[in-house]
Amino acid sequence: MTFKYKNVYINCAATVTGPYEAKGPLSKYFDKSYDDLYFGTNTWEDAESKLINDAVNILLEKNGSTMFDIDLFISGDLQNQLTASNYAFSGQQPSFIGVYAACATSTLGLTIGANMIESKEAEKIICTTSSHNNAAEKQFRYPVEYGGPKPKTTTFTSTGGVAALLSSKKDGIRLESATLGRIIDSGESDVYHMGAVMAPAAADTIYKHLLDTGRSVDYYDLILTGDLGIYGKEILKEYMAIEYGIELKNYDDTGVMIFDVKNQPVYAGASGPACAPLVTYGYIFQQMKQKKLQKVLLVATGALMSTSRVNEKETIPAIAHAVSLEVLS
Amino acid sequence: MEKKRYKDLVDKYTPKEEIFYNAIIAFIIGGIMGVLGQALIDFYSYYLTIPTKEATVCMIVTLIFLSCLLTSLGFFDKFVNFCKCGLIIPITGFAHATMSAALEYRKEGFITGLGANMLKLSGAVIIFGVVSAWTFSLLRMLIGVI
Repeated sequence: MTFKYKNVYINCAATVTGPYEAKGPLSKYFDKSYDDLYFGTNTWEDAESKLINDAVNILLEKNGSTMFDIDLFISGDLQNQLTASNYAFSGQQPSFIGVYAACATSTLGLTIGANMIESKEAEKIICTTSSHNNAAEKQFRYPVEYGGPKPKTTTFTSTGGVAALLSSKKDGIRLESATLGRIIDSGESDVYHMGAVMAPAAADTIYKHLLDTGRSVDYYDLILTGDLGIYGKEILKEYMAIEYGIELKNYDDTGVMIFDVKNQPVYAGASGPACAPLVTYGYIFQQMKQKKLQKVLLVATGALMSTSRVNEKETIPAIAHAVSLEVLS
Repeated sequence: MEKKRYKDLVDKYTPKEEIFYNAIIAFIIGGIMGVLGQALIDFYSYYLTIPTKEATVCMIVTLIFLSCLLTSLGFFDKFVNFCKCGLIIPITGFAHATMSAALEYRKEGFITGLGANMLKLSGAVIIFGVVSAWTFSLLRMLIGVI
């Protein structure tokens, strides 16, 4: 399902990261980075909420707005019941919607927000997303201090909070269209190989987007997937070629871009709902503002993993949502 | 694409784990742990004149203490990552698993957090340790009867 927008713009965006992202190759594009993973709080859960609050505060400051100007928050994260988002926005003035699509949450939030802006139901919407490495490790894997050896295909949950301000004011980056993906079961069940789990979902959404808009891959200067990692990226390229006969040129994966995969202890690259928007709002927007990139398709990918279902030997369903971003002419 | 064909595609781009290298590391580190354990037993029995049987218990307690301390200080997960089963299989791995869970859940309260979750990883070791001990004792008894 593809939506086209005439008047939706991402006016402003803010990015806050943890220490690993700050040591990565894109560090200078982030608004704020912390040296540790607690950020002055006591728990991982609280730390993740702080990332969201920080991102919103930076965004409002950059944009010269206050909470009273905002109609709605759309937010999502990886914690059960969207804990990080719910606690971050507790007591805040604007209305709130929590959304979950695992690591595809960012583009799902943007799509819902863009529809509301386009239909003039809301004037200003802030979409936020977050993930915290240790909060995710604690919930989905092992206690943080346990560490434990992991296979090479494992992805490393990025720590970050991002916020983007959507409105119909012609300023910033244009959100031109969006495609909501469908849930795809690749038949994979390896929680340490999420790239393989998510690649078919990414391919399906890219294909549907191109079909619905009547475009070819050449239309975009860059197609970005969320967090497939170094191996998932190669799987997607070959899968696209075999299944749809599409050769993915001008393609990259944000999970590979955010870290120095060879020299940082991140296995196959980054994952997490914050990964795709950190790279996009930080680095890609900068490139677009300098007109080095004109049209970008961001396809955030999410593995809809349930630890119970995986233990019950079930496969992992995945989803991908795409948004098309354009430089203002 | 059929699932079987997709699996082949995934396998093509999935790197092989260095099983042989990991096994050698685990073998050497596991051996060093054995030497360390023996050295501790000798130390306790020779210098502190503790009977060998009790010295063995003292050695185990020492290794548990050291691994818990290093886990708490934040080093042990890095060692485990490198040494793998060389540190996971001995008592050090059990202590580390218990301690890391205790650290993680301490903030959720003494009973609901620490007490309820401390054996989250190592509970399985206790359960199946007891089950296998019982099974082998039974087998030994039966063989003894025959």
